[in-house]
Amino acid sequence: MVERLIRAILFSCSAVAIFITIGIIASLIFEALRFFQSVSVFEFLFGTEWSPQTALRADQVGASGRFGAVPLFVGTALISTVALCVSAPLGIFSAIYLSEYASDTLRSYVKPLLEILAGIPTVVYGFFAAIVIAPALSNLGASIGLEVAYESALAAGLVMGVMIIPLISSISDDIITAVPDSLREGSRGLGATKSETIRRVVLPAALPGIAGGILLAISRAVGETMIVVMAAGLSANLTFNPLEAVTTVTVQIVVLLTGDQEFDSSKTLAAFALGLALFCITMVLNVIGSQIVKKYREQYD
Amino acid sequence: MPGVVDRHRGEERFRRLGLAAIAISMSFLAFFLVSIIGTGYGAFIQTAIKIDVDLTYQEVGLEETFTPEDLAGVSYRSAVRSAMRTLIPEDLGRRESRALYGLIGAGAEFELRDIVLAQPELVGTITSFWLTASDDVDLYNKSGLTEASAQQTRLTDKQIEWYSALKTDDRIVKRFNWTFLTGSDSRDPEVAGVWGAMVGSFFALGVCLLLSCFVGVLTAVYLEEFAARNRWTQFLEININNLAAVPSITFGLLGLAIFLGFFGLPRSASLVGGMVLALMTLPTVIISSRVALQAVAPSIREAAFGIGASRVQTVFHHVVPLALPGILTGIIIGMARALGETAPLLMIGMVAFIADPPTNLTQPASALPVQVYLWADSPERAFAEKTAGAILVLLVFLLMMNLFAVILRRKFEK
Repeated sequence: MVERLIRAILFSCSAVAIFITIGIIASLIFEALRFFQSVSVFEFLFGTEWSPQTALRADQVGASGRFGAVPLFVGTALISTVALCVSAPLGIFSAIYLSEYASDTLRSYVKPLLEILAGIPTVVYGFFAAIVIAPALSNLGASIGLEVAYESALAAGLVMGVMIIPLISSISDDIITAVPDSLREGSRGLGATKSETIRRVVLPAALPGIAGGILLAISRAVGETMIVVMAAGLSANLTFNPLEAVTTVTVQIVVLLTGDQEFDSSKTLAAFALGLALFCITMVLNVIGSQIVKKYREQYD
Repeated sequence: MPGVVDRHRGEERFRRLGLAAIAISMSFLAFFLVSIIGTGYGAFIQTAIKIDVDLTYQEVGLEETFTPEDLAGVSYRSAVRSAMRTLIPEDLGRRESRALYGLIGAGAEFELRDIVLAQPELVGTITSFWLTASDDVDLYNKSGLTEASAQQTRLTDKQIEWYSALKTDDRIVKRFNWTFLTGSDSRDPEVAGVWGAMVGSFFALGVCLLLSCFVGVLTAVYLEEFAARNRWTQFLEININNLAAVPSITFGLLGLAIFLGFFGLPRSASLVGGMVLALMTLPTVIISSRVALQAVAPSIREAAFGIGASRVQTVFHHVVPLALPGILTGIIIGMARALGETAPLLMIGMVAFIADPPTNLTQPASALPVQVYLWADSPERAFAEKTAGAILVLLVFLLMMNLFAVILRRKFEK
């Protein structure tokens, strides 16, 4: 009897995880549907103008607000690209060094230090980006005659890249370590040097897994909020130039929801539509990324 | 194929590339910590000015026999102001007087009131007090007193002249800024502190701990020890892994729509903040608890079954206690993540200006990372220092939690 009761309690606890997922999906879809009653899905996904500030009077210009999310998607992609340009090479090369060259002592010092980078709260990175990196970049740009916006995509992306280094390096490390030594020994036996072995044998074997890790990193970058809220711009600006200020999906969610709190206005509902888009994008990246990583971690077991 | 010499040179180059990547990452970390500490340590130091306050009966308008209410009703502002005037011998006009009062902090009169209320015997005397200076004086005093730093603060030439006079008079010191640790948010940087935010974070983490601990550990126990391997458990597993990677802001949207919108819980409350954080940390707790349970040797279970224990007895009397250090490590790491999380709290309205620490779970509260965010947004220069100071407090807490987790793990491995 007690056995069955406890079993039931345990089962219901495990169901909570499902309820959370259902709750997220339901709340996002429900509110997003209400949003799409006033704004068409087509305009939201393909419109290039984003100005959610509705005018006070109905006859003014821009009375209804414009909800074309393309500038936000482009801005998010731009900042994520900058972040990846920083974190992918640094993360992968760190992982190669740590797994192939480093002594055990160095490993035991460097790995926890890298983990610290992952453990620092994102709001701290945001402060750092806004107070230290952004002014420095702006001054640097001015000194070589380039105009760098104070809230440039570059500053936010750089700092975000630093944040993601440990994610990429730890996954790459796992995957490189999972490549069996017989491959290395075979290559060395044929006369290849150590770096030739790594470049021509180990990396090709590990590459798909590392790519999966990078997908997970992209998902992190896309969903990251505080760094971009504090260091990226607020106004939607459709550009591919990383020196200009752009805004992202997460920034707009925060902007739309931390201002006025009328729950039914299309402004707040738009935030849920953005949230739904964000959830779908990161979900797809996560599922594909984690499947690949899992496969290549266990490939040679 | 290039020659052997070239190939070996390439060898060294490749190795250095890896080393450089690590060095760059490490120098980011070092640069980052140095600049945060360099900016933030100033928040723990404050400048105080010594003024001689005339508390004679006539001056403060009290009879020889006064009640505590009378004492609380005294205008400490004018007492502070007249004390400031006695410091400067010259006659000042209205505007100049105001500039003079600008040297002392906005909270000075309250400091004075608290001291006098605690020591009523001071009434009737002229006593020297060290009271907090204004944020501009504080910045100037801490910045090395150069021409450039004077321009960065908003002090006028006249104020700097007075400051120098007070300084040569030994009336200006730097002291430890207790207010920063005991005060709450304020519009005036010199009286702003992180205590209110710490209390808010503490409440939210408490709720988060209770919920995610209970649900998370039991879920892990179910999945590892009871559930059959079937579609349902596979689905659960995939689900939990996905939840772990969902952007944190999504949990905030869930909290806004369901906890606030549907259940009508109060906005900005640490209760809701804790609930949202619990949803976010749940996957972390489940995953690490499962790892800890998996690490318990099967022989333990077999031995328990062998002497006739039921499954529930086996699990709760033998397996869970053995896995406990590992489970605790996971919980602490989850809590550390929750402590640093900001975005979901913004969604449920924990971004308001909160001047008093919350006294219960449903009161509007702030949280440490949210306080960092709010201060970082503030245009006043003195707040940059406070922001970095609040970050240091946050990092110290995170460091302690992680150290604790490491110590637990070490013990566990033995």
